[in-house]
Amino acid sequence: MSLPSAFTLEAFTNLGFWSGVLVVAGIYAVVTLGLQLNVGYTGIINFGQAGFMAVGGYSMAILVLEAGFSFWLALPAAVLITMGFGVLIGLPSLRLRADYFAIVTLATAEVVRLVAQNARDLTGGNKGLYCDFEGGSPVCFDDSWRSVSDSILGFVENFWSDPEPLLPLLLVVWATVAIGIVVLSYVQGTPWGRVLRAIREDEDAARALGKNTLLYKLQSLAISALLGALAGFFLALFLATIHPDDYEPIVTFFAFGVLILGGLASYKGVAVGAVLLWTLLEGTRFVELPISEEKTAALRFAIVGAVLIGLMALRPQGMFGKREEMVLGD
Amino acid sequence: MEASTAQAESTPGELFREFARERPAAVAFGVIALIVLALVAARGLHDVAQASLNGLTLGVIYALGAVGLTLVYGILRLVNFAHGDFLTFGAYMAYLVNVTWGMPLAAGIFFAMATTALLGLFFERTMWRPMRAKGAGFLQLILMSIGLAFVIRSAIQWFWGSEIRTLDVDVTDSVTFLGLRIGQTELLVVLVGLAVLVATGLIVRFSLLGKRMRALSDDLDLAETAGIDTRRVILYTWLFAGALAGLAGVLSGALTNLRPELGFELLLPIFAAVILGGIGNPFGALTAGLVLGVVIELSTLVVEPRWKVTFGFVALIVALVIRPQGIFGRARAV
Repeated sequence: MSLPSAFTLEAFTNLGFWSGVLVVAGIYAVVTLGLQLNVGYTGIINFGQAGFMAVGGYSMAILVLEAGFSFWLALPAAVLITMGFGVLIGLPSLRLRADYFAIVTLATAEVVRLVAQNARDLTGGNKGLYCDFEGGSPVCFDDSWRSVSDSILGFVENFWSDPEPLLPLLLVVWATVAIGIVVLSYVQGTPWGRVLRAIREDEDAARALGKNTLLYKLQSLAISALLGALAGFFLALFLATIHPDDYEPIVTFFAFGVLILGGLASYKGVAVGAVLLWTLLEGTRFVELPISEEKTAALRFAIVGAVLIGLMALRPQGMFGKREEMVLGD
Repeated sequence: MEASTAQAESTPGELFREFARERPAAVAFGVIALIVLALVAARGLHDVAQASLNGLTLGVIYALGAVGLTLVYGILRLVNFAHGDFLTFGAYMAYLVNVTWGMPLAAGIFFAMATTALLGLFFERTMWRPMRAKGAGFLQLILMSIGLAFVIRSAIQWFWGSEIRTLDVDVTDSVTFLGLRIGQTELLVVLVGLAVLVATGLIVRFSLLGKRMRALSDDLDLAETAGIDTRRVILYTWLFAGALAGLAGVLSGALTNLRPELGFELLLPIFAAVILGGIGNPFGALTAGLVLGVVIELSTLVVEPRWKVTFGFVALIVALVIRPQGIFGRARAV
């Protein structure tokens, strides 16, 4: 994406650009909803969300391109694979202390990425995955989505002569965010959700009440994996490719930035935090700076770092978090 | 009475499990020795020795990084994700002296160690001590360290860009002895690294400061009650950890090259050494770092070299799941 050299109103009102920003913010909102369930409500510090995104995205693409699944069948199958993967990782590691669990999940996500990079026959290695050119016409993993997207755009054209091409994805992503917030907020009030909070506050007490805390933590992690898989699909559709570099640990760290900005133990905070962080990051593109693109990239990282440090030092509960709901100890 | 009967009836399998619980390090080294023997039988002594030698260069870097990280982790309960970027910082400080100012590498190494030590001290005074005073929890500290990692890395990228740079070292000449080849730079890395590691081990084992650091790592409150000036020991720990991280960064930069991601890419293997060695145990971290480097390099005899990083991470996960207190650690709440 080329950088506008000066602050212009035209650039600021560029619909295509801001649609892209909102799609990315929505993808981060989906993946961070899982973190909110884990970190904010269950008290398990999961650093593996980028890994779940990768497992979801790659499973979907491999099922479509290699196993000949239809796109619509590959989606639920990939969700199940990712949730199974989450359970497999959680089963031995959720018994560990919080800091060990954080490191195990981070290392697992890196193993996923490195396998994607090196198992070239299956994942295309550093070339990534998009289309299969064997046989006559190329088959791409997002063919079915493109036709749906086109028919939505065709319908929209009845009211809007020149619709934004990203509009269908934007709608689907933010509908997912909205459904996620409503469902998770509801679930949090059920007995199941209250057990999660009990585990966060005092796991031994929850166990003493006869709750199988490992089972609850596994369920929490599996739901987080589900949301990670969905975010993985959306990222793959947005970028129209699946590449190992898009699932680096930095993705998880940015999601933690969204989580902390919005506030712990608040689902609506996740959506606000995602929009705010990405507006902040992308909005800086329009500020006229006499520096190279590389320095701008460095500045963006520094912003996220400063946001994390500043919030943790001054307002660890974030914007919408409740101080009494915040278990930041170990 | 019952217990003794049970012991008398215990099977060899149970006896082994008992032994493995009591002496995990012995079992780990036994397993590694068996694997090495099997590799010697399959691939010949020369290949195994050559791979081990290569692994040693990697191992000293892991070990140097791990000693400081484990002390900080053990004493302050701080999982410092910025430790990798301390390594990067050290490497670029050496670059400044060695390439920009055209001075010898030795001067660069000393400058890097001094400045990285001061960097550690600076953040202790500005971030970690105030946060401890506030009673910050584990998640707060871990996220702050991630933020700090971002800030250090972007500062480096700001000043030096993201292109690959190299230190002024000889990368072509090599030395041959006993039929094994080692590059001159690799030899330098191994010799300097091992010398500093031995010195580190001696300081931690015998000096008063080392004893105090280990006391803090065992139990900070108890150490304070015993009249140790914990604040001062913590400052020295940061100086120590920073200097070793700076050195590890320069050595890693001399072996390959400099880029802003250098330290972060080393962070997970260094964490692996910290955990395998038992958190807070500097000797454990030192040994585990060296062993991990050798084991990772030996793995290239069996699988393709491109898998070796993955192999290191899988080793970390398996070790954490089987024995989270590390092979040198004592059983405690994990």
